[in-house]
Amino acid sequence: MTQMTLGGAINSGLRRALADDDKVVLLGEDIGKLGGVFRVTDKLQEEFGPRRVMDSPLAEAGIIGTAVGLAFRGYRPVCEIQFDGFIYPGFDQIVAQVAKLHYRTRGKVKMPITIRVPFGGGIGAVEHHSESPEAYFAHTAGLRVVSCSNPQDAHTMIRQAIACDDPVLFFEPKRRYWLKGEVSEDLGADTLPMGSARVVTEGTDVTLAAYGPLVPTAMDAAAAAADDGISVEVIDLRSLSPIDFSTVEKSVRKTGRLIVTHEAAQSGGIGAEVAAAVTERCFDWLEAAPARVTGFDTPYPPAALEEAFLPDLDRLLDAVDRVMGRRNSLTGWKATA
Amino acid sequence: MPDRAECAVLAGVVVRIGYRRYRLKDFWQRRQMLWAAAIQTPAEHERKLRVTVSTIHEHTKTETLADGPETDLHPSQLEDIVQLISPEGVRTESPGFDPWVADVTDDQLVDLYQDMVVIRRIDTEAIALQRQGELALWAPLLGQEAAQIGSGRALRKDDFVFSSYRDNGVAYTRGVDFGDMLKVWRGIASAGWDPYAINMATPAVIIGAQTLHATGYALGCTYDGVDSVAISYFGDGATSQGDVNEAMVFASSFQAPVIFFCQNNQWAISEPVRLQAHRHISDRAPGFGIPSIRVDGNDVLAVMAATRIALDRARRGGGPTFIEAVTYRMGPHTTSDDPKRYRPAGDLEEWGRKDPISRLGRLLESRGALSDEVAKRVQEKADAVAREMRAACIALDKELDPMMLFDGVYEEPHSGLERQKSQYAAYLASFEGGTA
Repeated sequence: MTQMTLGGAINSGLRRALADDDKVVLLGEDIGKLGGVFRVTDKLQEEFGPRRVMDSPLAEAGIIGTAVGLAFRGYRPVCEIQFDGFIYPGFDQIVAQVAKLHYRTRGKVKMPITIRVPFGGGIGAVEHHSESPEAYFAHTAGLRVVSCSNPQDAHTMIRQAIACDDPVLFFEPKRRYWLKGEVSEDLGADTLPMGSARVVTEGTDVTLAAYGPLVPTAMDAAAAAADDGISVEVIDLRSLSPIDFSTVEKSVRKTGRLIVTHEAAQSGGIGAEVAAAVTERCFDWLEAAPARVTGFDTPYPPAALEEAFLPDLDRLLDAVDRVMGRRNSLTGWKATA
Repeated sequence: MPDRAECAVLAGVVVRIGYRRYRLKDFWQRRQMLWAAAIQTPAEHERKLRVTVSTIHEHTKTETLADGPETDLHPSQLEDIVQLISPEGVRTESPGFDPWVADVTDDQLVDLYQDMVVIRRIDTEAIALQRQGELALWAPLLGQEAAQIGSGRALRKDDFVFSSYRDNGVAYTRGVDFGDMLKVWRGIASAGWDPYAINMATPAVIIGAQTLHATGYALGCTYDGVDSVAISYFGDGATSQGDVNEAMVFASSFQAPVIFFCQNNQWAISEPVRLQAHRHISDRAPGFGIPSIRVDGNDVLAVMAATRIALDRARRGGGPTFIEAVTYRMGPHTTSDDPKRYRPAGDLEEWGRKDPISRLGRLLESRGALSDEVAKRVQEKADAVAREMRAACIALDKELDPMMLFDGVYEEPHSGLERQKSQYAAYLASFEGGTA
């Protein structure tokens, strides 16, 4: 076990993947000499050379499309999209080619491409640097979508994503890049599969499903609710396509209440999917309507407004009150100092 | 290598100041000599060329084409185009390109002739099948036979093709199974063949997307230490796409062994090429650092020579080459299109005179290589292919098992899709006669 930051754990996972398989190649903007704007690929080019770790021209469609060709030739490209909001020029190649080539060719052509995307807000950035576009990709057949929330998962899941024969959108919670934790590089047979959710805090009253940057926030909310005598079970979804509904279902059958949270806008989001699926599967167990705590249906706001936009501890606790049938912001309750 | 930039600038000067045609010929002869020099001593020549290009730029920097007076000379009328067989069927000399096809015997020319006749026959038969309701759609290649056969026959088996949907003639050169070729058009598959079986990706429908795939594949070839080349086929319309331009950037930066083969058939559905490019399409590549060749796309021999040059450059580590094969789409965009709504009167007649098959036929006749017996053999081959293709088409079952919907979306199981699949299976089983 080594103490690592979340970003460092991805770096060590990439290093292992590069060392384990000659066919793994990294490409992206500024990932070589600079080591990426977040230093996630730090020193990898030095170690593996410019063919394995390629600085690409500044063109996202070019990065993804070139990766498609490399995959055709048997390579396992790992693309870095520098920031969430920059992914759209590559959107066509992702949804029309990467996602569909396996289906189009009935599995003759595999697309084992990993697309790494630092995502989410909370870092005081300018426009296009704080978005959460995961739902677009979870909505696209042929792609797998995952997000890590802690250093160990970051390391494990990036290696699993690269080893996966399907294309994987790998969303990295950029405001948690500096989160520290113990990481083992030894992935045993009991390692949780990439598509599985994990119960990170056990509880009996409310199920709170989160992923990526909001998992630590959700755990804080569980601790705060415990002070109020409410037992919150926190689930780190980890995978957004597929979503491990069996873990969520099992939890909700125990708690009877569901809250889903994400930074992405609400409508048509992952929260809507989780709430709908849980309602379909656990209707008779539900004590309250599922609640969503999400970003608003606005473009990501300027930095000075992002605190208002992002789900935080208080908004999560307000939702806990709501599903518990306690007084909450929607019933006219006012917080007192 | 001679650089299109030089040619473009020269062409610009010529157009702008209204030199007469003999000046264009001078220019073209000079260009062919440059090519000849390049073939002999590429490294030395490139050094020389840089000097030449910079000199030309120096000379003309204050007079750009955009500043010049309007010209009524349509780009396709310019003569800087490689042609080895004239529309009249006369073999013309070209010092730069002749060596590249010096080995092509009359018998091989007959083979190329037969290939073109065959794919035209395939095209005709496919249109008939569409009209009879056996195919849902077809994208005719009529008129583009030389571009597809000349390039396709220049390739090696281990080269890899990334094409568009009109390139069924290229697929023929790769040995595609006719049933496989028709599956998409019959509506029973999203792609017809196993790309690795014939080293040709199934056609991209999103315009230009495949140029990036070719570039990445080519990069993989260099990583693998093999001298295979990737070639991407696309049309004049595709050159407006970001993907094509990005592909040229990537190919140039990484010196990928890739050929950008543009069949400029003058039309992107109803849009004439001048809407995509105000100058020759081949003029673009030099801006990316990619040498380009503008070739008579209805001249199978010239296309083959150009493709061989590009292949040779790529195999020797010389990087990408851009080929603009100037041709004409004699048919509709697809069987759903009506070109009468946009095609100017006279176009078909004009381009009919440049027909790729009849010009090679005339050349072969003049050499006594196309006897009645040979012509009969060619026609029989074409008819046999058509019969085989029709039979393969009819044999393709249009009734698919609904559960095929779910096949091949993922390589590894996906729990969400598995659930939908099992629920749909249960739904189907709930009907009378269904099986649980």
